[in-house]
Amino acid sequence: MNFLDFEQPIAELDAKIEELRYVGNDSDININEEITRLQNRSQELIRSIFSSLTAWQISQVARHPQRPYTLDYIQRIFTDFDELHGDRNFADDPAIVCGLARLDGNPVMIIGHQKGRDTKERIYRNYGMPKPEGYRKALRIMKLAERFRIPIITMIDTPGAYPGIGAEERGQSEAIAKNLLVMSQLNVPVISIVIGEGGSGGALAIGVADRLLMLQYSTYSVISPEGCASILWKSADKAADAAEVMGITADRLRELGLVDRIIDEPLGGAHRDYDMIAMEVRDRLRESLAELTGKSVAELVEERHKRFRDFGFYTS
Amino acid sequence: MSWFKKILPSGIKSNGSPRRTVPEGVWTKCVKCNAVLYRAELERNLEVCPKCSNHMRISARVRLQGFLDEDDRVEIGQHIKPVDKLKFRDSKKYKDRLNQAARSTGESDALVVMRGQVRALPVVACAFEFSFMGGSMGSVVGERFVLGVETAMEYRIPLVCFSASGGARMQEAIVSLMQMAKTSSALARLKQQGIPYISVLTDPTMGGVSASLATLGDINIAEPGALIGFAGPRVIEQTVRETLPEGFQRSEFLLEHGDIDMIVDRREMRERVSSLLAKLTHQPVPA
Repeated sequence: MNFLDFEQPIAELDAKIEELRYVGNDSDININEEITRLQNRSQELIRSIFSSLTAWQISQVARHPQRPYTLDYIQRIFTDFDELHGDRNFADDPAIVCGLARLDGNPVMIIGHQKGRDTKERIYRNYGMPKPEGYRKALRIMKLAERFRIPIITMIDTPGAYPGIGAEERGQSEAIAKNLLVMSQLNVPVISIVIGEGGSGGALAIGVADRLLMLQYSTYSVISPEGCASILWKSADKAADAAEVMGITADRLRELGLVDRIIDEPLGGAHRDYDMIAMEVRDRLRESLAELTGKSVAELVEERHKRFRDFGFYTS
Repeated sequence: MSWFKKILPSGIKSNGSPRRTVPEGVWTKCVKCNAVLYRAELERNLEVCPKCSNHMRISARVRLQGFLDEDDRVEIGQHIKPVDKLKFRDSKKYKDRLNQAARSTGESDALVVMRGQVRALPVVACAFEFSFMGGSMGSVVGERFVLGVETAMEYRIPLVCFSASGGARMQEAIVSLMQMAKTSSALARLKQQGIPYISVLTDPTMGGVSASLATLGDINIAEPGALIGFAGPRVIEQTVRETLPEGFQRSEFLLEHGDIDMIVDRREMRERVSSLLAKLTHQPVPA
């Protein structure tokens, strides 16, 4: 288990428990009671630390190297998954995975950002930062879903769209813009779940949805806290302040009326129990789908349009 | 005080009120070719350097005044004004930044929208005010743009947008990100109704604006030499750790890579855009 800075007290306690276990194994003294006592304390410590996380700490949990990614959810929530590759024009972008699967026996289309677990896979997945071909693959798959009347589920987890030379040459801006335009009019239900980092336009490009769900310790923002700090404060060290003032957490975004459901995470974060968080996600997904399946196409598209049309704060 | 002033007899001293023979701003310099230019002539030339054709930045209102016919202009959405919903504060309060931008530009936010005519063809035209917080898109820009789109649909007339923007407005955080979806969703409806939209990308058009309304034109035009892209050149350089190619993210580079339809000189914009619109709407050649 990797521990974040603010989890150090938990890490120390867990190390102590491990040590005691080791001693316990080769001595006659019964220290089970002591271990149980320390384990309870550890749980309490986690509870108390996680009950008052700052926005910056939450963004660290959202980026935790062991956080479950799109494929971890696909494996646990859906059956019969067939991955579909390529944008038919340039390449297949492994930073976005797409495919057909079943939820409770019914076909669904899944589109999600994918990060890598080890160095090799991280590079292969480009740290979850899609290039235009990734967004164009997603677009192709959405149109495919629409043609066969299959609901779309997207999973958002990206630091942002890739800022590279080739990406710019191939029209990163246009690829994102096109997705926003097409998604706003899709004839099938679209549900987006922010499972980790919702990084700006690179996230929104698969996030124009009828329902937006966010994991408890996920974030969604116009720019990373570091990026915001380096532009507005001229110093990336102010990232914690930037995270606070931008309001990137699920709670804050719900207050703004943007998020429909917050998905509770296991104590200490989703990475501590993959199966448990997958079941939570599945249940909230079912509820959201149920709300949408009864709607006519006209209703669905009109409501989605209105959802974005009316979003903004100004005086008039 | 310089030694020279000290030795001057008191009658010659200026007493702190400088008398200038040349009023400020009569002359200006082209940042590109360094030519000294007569301010009034530069204005007549729509802020394009007569020596090297460098397209300098131009204010939204001057842009629309130069683009639209003189008669029958109606401004749209000027009653939409910014509020600081998030109580955003970085090194300065967002509220103070808004006030300061309003004082220095005379605008209440970064987009001006008008209904009018271009060579007698009715249009809705929008222009970004880059001097207002870098032309950044927040709630007001999003709402005014959508009102422009809806006016175009109501009158069934084409839409033209001149973008000049650093992207989404950070001080409105997620709310500004959502303006990308809001403006794109409105444009989707415009497209469904078969009403043409011409996007003119000017220097600079970056980030959330280039990744939404600015690249969604039925025809995308760029002014010469404009910086256009998703990520800023510095961010890209830091990410890829290599020198960027010559002319990277400039209009000419975009044309070469198939990202835009054409490059049009500002002094020909009225003619070219109206000529395109007339064809798209099956009208005779504009007078």
